[in-house]
Amino acid sequence: MPIFIDRRLNPKDKSLGNRQRFLRRAREELKRSIRDKVRTGSIAELDREHAVPIPRKGTGEPTFGDDRESGRRHHILPGNRTFSSGDIIPKPGGGRGGGGYGSGSGTAASEDDFRFVLSREEVLDLFFEDLELPDLVKLNLKQVLSVKPRRAGFTSGGAPTNINVGRTMRNSHGRRIALRRPKQAELDAIAHQIAELEAQPASAPARERIAALREALDRLERRRKRIAYVDPVDIRFNRFDPQPLPNANAVMFCLMDVSGSMGEREKDLAKRFFVLLHLFLTRRYERIDIVFIRHTHLAKEVDEHTFFYRTESGGTVVSTALEEMHRIIEQRYPVSEWNIYAAQASDGDNFAGDSERCIELLDRKLMRLCQYFAYVEIIDERESHIFGATENGTSLWRAYNAIDGKWPNFQMRRIAAPADIYPVFRQLFARQPGLRKSA
Amino acid sequence: MVSEACTSELLFSGSDWNFAKLSRVYEEIEALGLEELGLDIYPVQMEVISSEQMLDAYSSLGMPLMYRHWSFGKRFLYDELLYRKGARGLAYEMVINSNPCIVYLMEENTMALQALVTAHAALGHNHFFKNNHLFRQWTDAGGILSYLDFAKSYIARCEERHGLTPVEAILDSAHALMEQGVFRYRRPPKLSSEQQREGLHERLEYEERSFNDLWRTLPPSPGKSKQDATDQILAERKKSLKLPEENLLYFLEKNSLVLEPWQREIIRIVRIIAQYFYPQRQTQVMNEGCATFVHYTLMNTLFDRCRISEGAMLEMLRNHTNVIFQPAYDDPCYSGINPYALGLDMMQDIRRISTAPTAEDRDWFPDIAGRGDWRDTLLDAWANHRDESFVRQYLSPALIRKWRLFMLADNADEPHYEVASIHNERGYAKIRSALAQRYDVGASRPDIQVIDVDLLGDRRLRLQHTVKNGLMLEGGSRDATLRHIRNLWGYEVSMVAVDAETGAMLGERSTKEV
Repeated sequence: MPIFIDRRLNPKDKSLGNRQRFLRRAREELKRSIRDKVRTGSIAELDREHAVPIPRKGTGEPTFGDDRESGRRHHILPGNRTFSSGDIIPKPGGGRGGGGYGSGSGTAASEDDFRFVLSREEVLDLFFEDLELPDLVKLNLKQVLSVKPRRAGFTSGGAPTNINVGRTMRNSHGRRIALRRPKQAELDAIAHQIAELEAQPASAPARERIAALREALDRLERRRKRIAYVDPVDIRFNRFDPQPLPNANAVMFCLMDVSGSMGEREKDLAKRFFVLLHLFLTRRYERIDIVFIRHTHLAKEVDEHTFFYRTESGGTVVSTALEEMHRIIEQRYPVSEWNIYAAQASDGDNFAGDSERCIELLDRKLMRLCQYFAYVEIIDERESHIFGATENGTSLWRAYNAIDGKWPNFQMRRIAAPADIYPVFRQLFARQPGLRKSA
Repeated sequence: MVSEACTSELLFSGSDWNFAKLSRVYEEIEALGLEELGLDIYPVQMEVISSEQMLDAYSSLGMPLMYRHWSFGKRFLYDELLYRKGARGLAYEMVINSNPCIVYLMEENTMALQALVTAHAALGHNHFFKNNHLFRQWTDAGGILSYLDFAKSYIARCEERHGLTPVEAILDSAHALMEQGVFRYRRPPKLSSEQQREGLHERLEYEERSFNDLWRTLPPSPGKSKQDATDQILAERKKSLKLPEENLLYFLEKNSLVLEPWQREIIRIVRIIAQYFYPQRQTQVMNEGCATFVHYTLMNTLFDRCRISEGAMLEMLRNHTNVIFQPAYDDPCYSGINPYALGLDMMQDIRRISTAPTAEDRDWFPDIAGRGDWRDTLLDAWANHRDESFVRQYLSPALIRKWRLFMLADNADEPHYEVASIHNERGYAKIRSALAQRYDVGASRPDIQVIDVDLLGDRRLRLQHTVKNGLMLEGGSRDATLRHIRNLWGYEVSMVAVDAETGAMLGERSTKEV
């Protein structure tokens, strides 16, 4: 007699601990993958689920194994129909190893396909980890800043304060009609009849009539009791949906100098800054547009790929970008409907005398239109300790200093390494009570 | 056909199972197995599990108890992914070489499948585990579960005391050497009982206390020439370390200079588990063949005796054919020789040779041809062979023809294969021998041994890879594995490749370079 044991009710996640250990192990790989995503993927893409391929490197388990491309071996195979001994068969793939026929060669390839699906939150966690966020702030960024309840129809459950009386009574009325609940008037009429009959001198037919009427009255009353006036099934509640606030549109202008001096490192830093800005804005606004403007001595609106991946040579005239931005605002983004944000990334070089023109453009036109204008100067890591705190710097930096003093919604900072980005971003977008769009 | 003659009752009807039916079917199948095939089995413990639990069991090397490690998590995620995508089904059963023999049944199986699984695992595998000489000698079915329980809690305690990362590092390195962590010729000692393990801590602590490095650095006695002295030291050293040693894990566990006692114990755990699985790797064809032969024979007998319905029989046959499907080499599904198919065919062939031999069979198998006692022949084969010797002894020309086996000579230097032998008179012996060779786990595994170590000098550990037929090690994984050995040894490790025939040195690789 065998022993039978029903294990189905045992805890199922026996390998949970192993999975956690694996995730911990793969974390470096996942982070690298997210880093590559930031570098190569589009800005908006970061903010969603990702299937991340896990390379075997780092999670591989090496053992001593034979090199498939060395030595002499014999394969035994079933199903020969055509060969006789001494036949020569060319190797598949032009003479490389016996992989095609050999045993077990499939496993190596399939492990490469191993993909891991990360949730949006996990992606952001990994992204922010690279930026060295203090935990408190990470939470803030993730949350929708504030919500306002919005009416969204009716529901059959909810708090008593949300009962919608009109809708409830309409349901109750319909039900009363359908179930033919006796009306008070009917009862009153019968009671009245009984009273009248009783007032008259008693006779045999009258007594019978009274008894019949009483019985009818009794039946109606019982029926009324059974069919409630307002039944729990009638009750409807107002339904509210949380709605993010402020509920409006925003446009984000990304301005970048793409002349030869902006190398891969500079663009990577700029991109990280823009990604962060985009994440921040998508949390606050229902709809967000991104406009990419790049410039050398000419400025042009381009798509994201061109913006980040093409360099051009030529002089640097920053004001052209500001002019282009102004033109686009006039054309497409009326200030009454759009919140306008701008972020400018540059290494600070500018055509002699053009910085004056920039100041003028910003001061006269753009700063009035913008909710916020951030200027990020990307400097060499070696320069960071020199320029870190001083007012000295490139011509653009010195010129912008004037704007910085005058307009509270203008901010400027310097960035030298990925780890600088978040603190700078935080300074730029910290809640500043006095900050409002100047009319 | 037979159904009119049938008077006996069906064992079960319908596809739903319940414990009463399972028990009835088990009783019947067990009785039949003992009577018809003369099987001899451990008591059985049947456990009903869900598909998720089956995935869990998969990922921890099929054991019900296992210590925690990320690679099992990786296996789980990978298996789960394939299962979710529908790329792979789950096994219907899983069976553990323990006493009592534990058989997992999946709750999703129909009654017909449960009957099949009972015959396959609870009778077939069980008999094989209990009677095959490799399992009898090399594994301790009674002790394994309590040992795994000990291993699991020991490693968990290490994680608590020393942190996850250092424990993981040791396990990673030890896992990399699992293949080189078995004794092939020496029988492992019986697994210690719980009481003995109790004394473990004391032993480790005593070793720590009493260790004194001074004694090993005594100068050589005077009065001898320097050369003599070094030679003598060298010889003594090799003798004292019992070199050469092919069990790398054992060597490192005993002799590493940097490992702490708990680290040695973890290596020991991995080594013992590797040793426990070694017989399984050598008997895949036989083990699966035995179980398949048993379920096929018993199910057919039950059907002939009208104990199961035609519907149930058809369902079993469908699953049976799936399991023993063997595509030809040029089929897109081909992925090597299916051990279930080869094992079953060979065992049925033995039955045929015993009962209805041809002239050829009499030539090839004078001992068994026509003797009629196929049961005894099979019981004997199951008990006394491993895959390599089983194929070498019993693969018949008839079967080679049926399978149309052929042999390709594959020389890495040449752009083509050569058909060395096919299923004809001249080829039978060669094909049989080459196939047997392939199942020789010891021979098909890289031969790597510790040959020397200079404990008083730079403490470099020297390994030797004996290269057979010019088969070198794959470079990337070799370097990575050498790094793991270095982690365990603590000092430089170098490996020299030496040709097995000529003795010529083919190359040397040291952890200094990787």
